[in-house]
Amino acid sequence: MIDVRTAPAPGAQVAGSLAVRSWKAPIAFTVFVVAAAILFIGLARDAPTTFRLSNPNDAIQLPELVLPAFATGIIATAIMATITVYAFLRAREARRIPLWVTTVFAIVFLVAFLTWAAAGSTLPMIGLLAGSLTVATPLIFGSLGGVISERVGVVNIAIEGQLLSGAFVAALVASITGNPFAGLAGAVLAGALVSTILASFSIKYLVDQIIVGVVLNVLVIGLTSFLFSTLMTADSATFNSPARLPRISIPLLADIPILGPILFQQSIIVYLMYIAVAAVWFALFKTRWGLRIRAVGEHPTAADTVGIKVRATRFWNVLLAGAIVGGGGAFFSLAAVGSFQKEMTNGAGYIALAAVIFGRWDPIRATLAALLFGFATNLQSTLSIVGSPVPSEFMLMLPYVVTIFAVAGLVGASRPPAATGKPYITS
Amino acid sequence: MTSTDQTTAGAAAAPETPAPPRQNQILKEIFGGSAMISFLAIILALIFGGLLIVLTDPVVQQTSAYFFSRPGDTFVAIAEAVGGAYAALFRGSVFNYLRADEFGAAIRPLTESLTNATPLIAAGLGVALAFRVGLFNIGGRGQILIAAAAAGYVGAYVPMPPVIHLIVALVVGLIGGALWGGLVGLLKARTGAHEVIVTIMLNYIAFYLISFLLRTPGALQAPGQSNPRSGPMLETAVFPKIAGEEYNLNIGFILVIVATIYVWYLLNRSAMGFQFRAVGENPHAARVAGINVERTYITVMVIAGALVGLAGVQQALGNFTGGIAAGLDAGIGFDAITVALLGRSKPIGVFFAGILFGALKAGAVTMQAAEGIPVDIVLVVQSFIVLFIAAPPLVRALFRLPTPDPLFHWRKPQLARKAEVTK
Repeated sequence: MIDVRTAPAPGAQVAGSLAVRSWKAPIAFTVFVVAAAILFIGLARDAPTTFRLSNPNDAIQLPELVLPAFATGIIATAIMATITVYAFLRAREARRIPLWVTTVFAIVFLVAFLTWAAAGSTLPMIGLLAGSLTVATPLIFGSLGGVISERVGVVNIAIEGQLLSGAFVAALVASITGNPFAGLAGAVLAGALVSTILASFSIKYLVDQIIVGVVLNVLVIGLTSFLFSTLMTADSATFNSPARLPRISIPLLADIPILGPILFQQSIIVYLMYIAVAAVWFALFKTRWGLRIRAVGEHPTAADTVGIKVRATRFWNVLLAGAIVGGGGAFFSLAAVGSFQKEMTNGAGYIALAAVIFGRWDPIRATLAALLFGFATNLQSTLSIVGSPVPSEFMLMLPYVVTIFAVAGLVGASRPPAATGKPYITS
Repeated sequence: MTSTDQTTAGAAAAPETPAPPRQNQILKEIFGGSAMISFLAIILALIFGGLLIVLTDPVVQQTSAYFFSRPGDTFVAIAEAVGGAYAALFRGSVFNYLRADEFGAAIRPLTESLTNATPLIAAGLGVALAFRVGLFNIGGRGQILIAAAAAGYVGAYVPMPPVIHLIVALVVGLIGGALWGGLVGLLKARTGAHEVIVTIMLNYIAFYLISFLLRTPGALQAPGQSNPRSGPMLETAVFPKIAGEEYNLNIGFILVIVATIYVWYLLNRSAMGFQFRAVGENPHAARVAGINVERTYITVMVIAGALVGLAGVQQALGNFTGGIAAGLDAGIGFDAITVALLGRSKPIGVFFAGILFGALKAGAVTMQAAEGIPVDIVLVVQSFIVLFIAAPPLVRALFRLPTPDPLFHWRKPQLARKAEVTK
């Protein structure tokens, strides 16, 4: 991937005009250090915070971790200030700031923030992280579908519609058949159906892909809400009382301290998500199929020249993307709530879209971005139970503020696949 | 190169094919042109909506159970379900013929449609303007909320003399929307942050910010109240009604007409608008031509934010005069995207698209009350309209319409004639 900031070599100081210095990261760091100083030192709360690292009924019990809030805040702010100074020095030399530095910075800030916000009480870390994973699951499915679709050259704004249609059909089919797995299959088909419209309008009729995506979202919201109000409300016992997907605890793996209860005591759809992430990553970067997808999305003319059928590749892979997203939609009605509700995805598709761009069209990075959203959302609900000094609205705002900072300060201009959004027309 | 009709070209394969008679071309233009496509798209969308009504109508379901013994019953039930629904839609949006004896009451639905259309047009203009510069403004919700909160604060808590109060509240609201939109442009221009992400995130931030302010005494919450709602707008800040007290239509509609003309002037007659369109066509080429692309992004988002903000002000000072709440955007920010798409991002188109969607919205309420059909059907009809209008080849194929000649002009200009000669 071409990145302007990596271009200047060491010794670029000599030719100052050539060096592209980016001050965005250090400036973003500074903002966080100031925020940390105000919160953790200015508005210090002097009480110890207890981090509980294992559930009471786990096989292996870990001791609880107790951190004094004030001291932790001071130390964390000092570490972050040091990193910021380092970042300024690196930026002056027009060199990139390594990713691990940013990661350390984020983790330190997070630990200090948790310690501060939950001062005087106990944080159930396992529940917090396991819940984050659960909340992030549909976002991850959504962003995987988005990545595939955009990599093959079709902008997928319709993630929201695909998720919602998946949720609706999953509830409907699972209620009628009494089998949640049939519901899951129905959700996959529903997502693929929405994608069929997206693909045929944008590839056959050359309609602007963003237009089709937005309209599909409205269409699915309208259709599902209409059918919910007429069909499901009239007879919810028959049409809207699906059996839930079972929660499975994987033997042995579930007993690993910390990781076990977070990763391996989950709903079955979460395990499907692990498989999907690995499969999409492997297929996209290690197989011929993935190479073709990326070729079609980057340079369709070249792909056509070597004999790849551009339109067919796009059509089938957009369908595949929709199927993945639709399956993720089943999470809402079959795992999270246990019935379909009007507009129950509530903008998750748009968050998934943000995760795709945030993750720079890479399945693993997009997954991490979705996990970040999941964590922030779940952190808010955990802290509101524990009781935190921050008004709940600001906690709810946090993931979105962090995203803006991350996108503006750290990610910067992201480069989508070159041909995404452009129809392929042969004359 | 003229794209001659396939059939005539095939019939006479001679090198000198005579041009088809002009009236053939005119008919082709009428039947295959964009006006016809728009009309048929609306008809098709209503047919799909009718299909949905029929499929979920209980009477139709009952009669279809004995369809093969008495098929007539089913058809009567279908006709009644669809006819009743669309009659109610018409009664609720254009003319209430049940009250035809009293003209004032019969015409009331039309004014309701225009009232509903007002914020849709304003927000649609904001989205459309950003589209023309190549920016996708999904941030309508946030811009509406911030503008409404700013205008609402002035309108409810800052007493001022009559006319001045209204103007100040309006301007403060527009500034609120402009700042919230401008922030997107600034981030895009300075850091390259993708505007889709930023607008989505700012929607949520605005929503939670307003929710917080609405439950904080001293900020927006009405004194001595416990629910998250502001105090009522002061009499001096409320948008005056323009069609008499019994109708809800207010001065906001006039403002929206002015805004439409302004956007038309901006895009088609001003130097700034030329820069906007140049950046929208190709930012790289625009940069080479000496246009400051970054500044264009900021400027257009400020203007777009103010236009969407006008919708928020209309909601605060016109529709929610009893006090604003966090749900006052009522989905307008997202509806505006469909309005802009249907209007093809052109100001006049957005104006009429807004009126159409406003009418559907007003009619849907009557349809739900009279026939028990959920209002959500309007979303389905709206999205079908936009889908079909966006895909003229599909509509032409469905109705077997001719494809109009791209070189056709209603008034035969010199250039077109020359093109024929030099063939």
